[in-house]
Amino acid sequence: MNTDALLLGLAGVLATAAPLIFAVIGETISERGGVINLSMNGTVLLTAMGGFAVTVQTGSLAWGFLAGMAIGAIVALIVAFGSITLKQSQVAIGFVLALVCRDLAYFIGNPYMGMAGTRLPAWVLPGLGDIPVIGVLFFHHDVMTYLSYLIIPLTWVWIFRTRPGLMLQGIGEKPAAAFVRGANVNRLRYLYTVLGGAVMGLAGPIYSLSVKAGWKGTISGLDGLGWIALAITIFGGWNPIRAALGVYLFAFLQWLGLVLQPSLPGIPSQVLQVAPFPLMIMTLLLVNIGNTEWVTRSLAVLPAPLRRLFARMLRAMRASPPGALGTPFDSE
Amino acid sequence: MKKRRWIDALFQLSALVLALGCTTLILLAADAPPWQAYKNIFLGSVGSFKKFSDVLVSFVPLLLVTSGLLLTFSAGLWNIGVEGQITLGAIATTWMLRLLQDSNLAPGLIITAAMLAGMLGGAIWAGLAGALKTYGGVNEIFGGLGLNFVATALTLWLIFGPWKRPGIGSMSGTEPFPDSLWLPMLTGLRLSPWAVGLGVFFIIVVYFLLRGTYFGLRIKAVGKNIKAAYLLGIPTTRYLMLAFILGGSLAGLTGAMQVTAVYHRLIPSISSGYGFLGLLVAMLVNYQAIWVAPIALFFAALNIGSIQLPIILKLDSTLSGVLQGVLVLFVLLAEGVRQQITRRKGGTL
Repeated sequence: MNTDALLLGLAGVLATAAPLIFAVIGETISERGGVINLSMNGTVLLTAMGGFAVTVQTGSLAWGFLAGMAIGAIVALIVAFGSITLKQSQVAIGFVLALVCRDLAYFIGNPYMGMAGTRLPAWVLPGLGDIPVIGVLFFHHDVMTYLSYLIIPLTWVWIFRTRPGLMLQGIGEKPAAAFVRGANVNRLRYLYTVLGGAVMGLAGPIYSLSVKAGWKGTISGLDGLGWIALAITIFGGWNPIRAALGVYLFAFLQWLGLVLQPSLPGIPSQVLQVAPFPLMIMTLLLVNIGNTEWVTRSLAVLPAPLRRLFARMLRAMRASPPGALGTPFDSE
Repeated sequence: MKKRRWIDALFQLSALVLALGCTTLILLAADAPPWQAYKNIFLGSVGSFKKFSDVLVSFVPLLLVTSGLLLTFSAGLWNIGVEGQITLGAIATTWMLRLLQDSNLAPGLIITAAMLAGMLGGAIWAGLAGALKTYGGVNEIFGGLGLNFVATALTLWLIFGPWKRPGIGSMSGTEPFPDSLWLPMLTGLRLSPWAVGLGVFFIIVVYFLLRGTYFGLRIKAVGKNIKAAYLLGIPTTRYLMLAFILGGSLAGLTGAMQVTAVYHRLIPSISSGYGFLGLLVAMLVNYQAIWVAPIALFFAALNIGSIQLPIILKLDSTLSGVLQGVLVLFVLLAEGVRQQITRRKGGTL
């Protein structure tokens, strides 16, 4: 493979990662506040269909993306209402919504199948795009890809370096303490769940208006991406930067699968495309295993230097969920 | 007590009405005639004996997989990996059938061995998710999801690789098995009485297991409060694993049914989404075994009835999925509203 093709391939990895970045960041925001939005797989499909349909109807790409955000926010609002106000299981409500939104997308999207739509144009950043290698790699994309670069550090700074972000961590980690500190826990949870949903809602339109332009119903190849994004959120340890690295790693592995395909004729392409999953399970295992009791117990038997080494390795990989993830808060 | 039951029924009824109302609005938004759509679903499912037998064909896997899910739900587990467990059951069944199809064993024996292999396949896949959960600290939802994708990849690899049809592999699946290896069916129908019998048998087994045995009581104790159960001396890890393995073996049997009674070969989407649909059924019946059969029958009728929609009304058949999901959603929300009202009145309701 020559360098130009390699560069274009890697640039493609960044572009295909963009929708997943928004999905994973949206979920991270929501889960940081203590609410799991399990509806993501349905949300991605419904917003992809909705964004495409709105763009076809209005002829405006902006309305398509806004529609995606609105749909994502509404679905998240249902999750928030069911779990915060009505105190039902977040997992149950989210899972049902994942299925409803998926079927709804196929049902409503039926007349839009295979229709010609608009595609978000590429916009070579003036100046930056002319830099050799880096220009082609990073700055020959469309505006949503650039936004996907920006939202990663922005979210990180918001969560870890601002006062409201500290409150966000508080309502997800120890809601009772945040409440004592004067936070309206449930109102903030509503806010961040809906905000996360709106961010997530950009993922679908990026697929249907850019990365995989068009709406092709069940063969759009979008079913399952939301579940992948959920797994990457966990892998990312509720940290936007680590989550983004997970997304890029995943997109890179999928691309690698496609590239290696011709040299491995015995393996069908469908298998290589799902190759990242066993890896994902392994990393989830590595991320979580440090939290289990038996590991702590077995480590205790080891001689001190070895124990310290293992403990340090496990700690480096470990990620613990926000303390109050998935549990409703009651101020009474 | 009696008043309370009335109020519960009222809430459930209002959930049903709201779900129908919501689906009707969606139909109107899609420029489709709602009454026509419902009528076609109804006639498409119970309009003739043949159609109703098709409903039963779809009812069996749903019943089996939901019975298995009741076990994992009772242990407080969200077994989203159930789709993969069905798939692995189907793979193991196909493997056993391929292994024995040229032997001179009696067909009945081969089918039995294949079904047992299917149960084992599902149990192993569920056991993996269980081990990841209990020993690896990986939440069963995410471990299960990952394993679902791996199971799909495995199926595709087998269909296009080692088990491909003579000539070239295709999405239509592996070479069909000879009719002697099919689960015997009623003449002229796709329905196998054996399949129905097994489905009904296992939901009854699960009902009694959860209701009348020490084992069921302990599994429920683990599900309600795992720490308390542990302090009471229940080996919680073992019970969690058992719930996974037993639930997985029923999911595996579902896959075995798909191979021996429905498709007679391995196809890429062999689980047909029954796993996720089973999760919906289990939620709708509030995890009570007694209601699984009627609700599963209702869902199966919606599935089969909606097959008519694309042909007659040019609507997508996923309407049934929308109706099923919206119904479960409203039942969950109605239950939440009921609980809030009860609490505010100080538990007098």
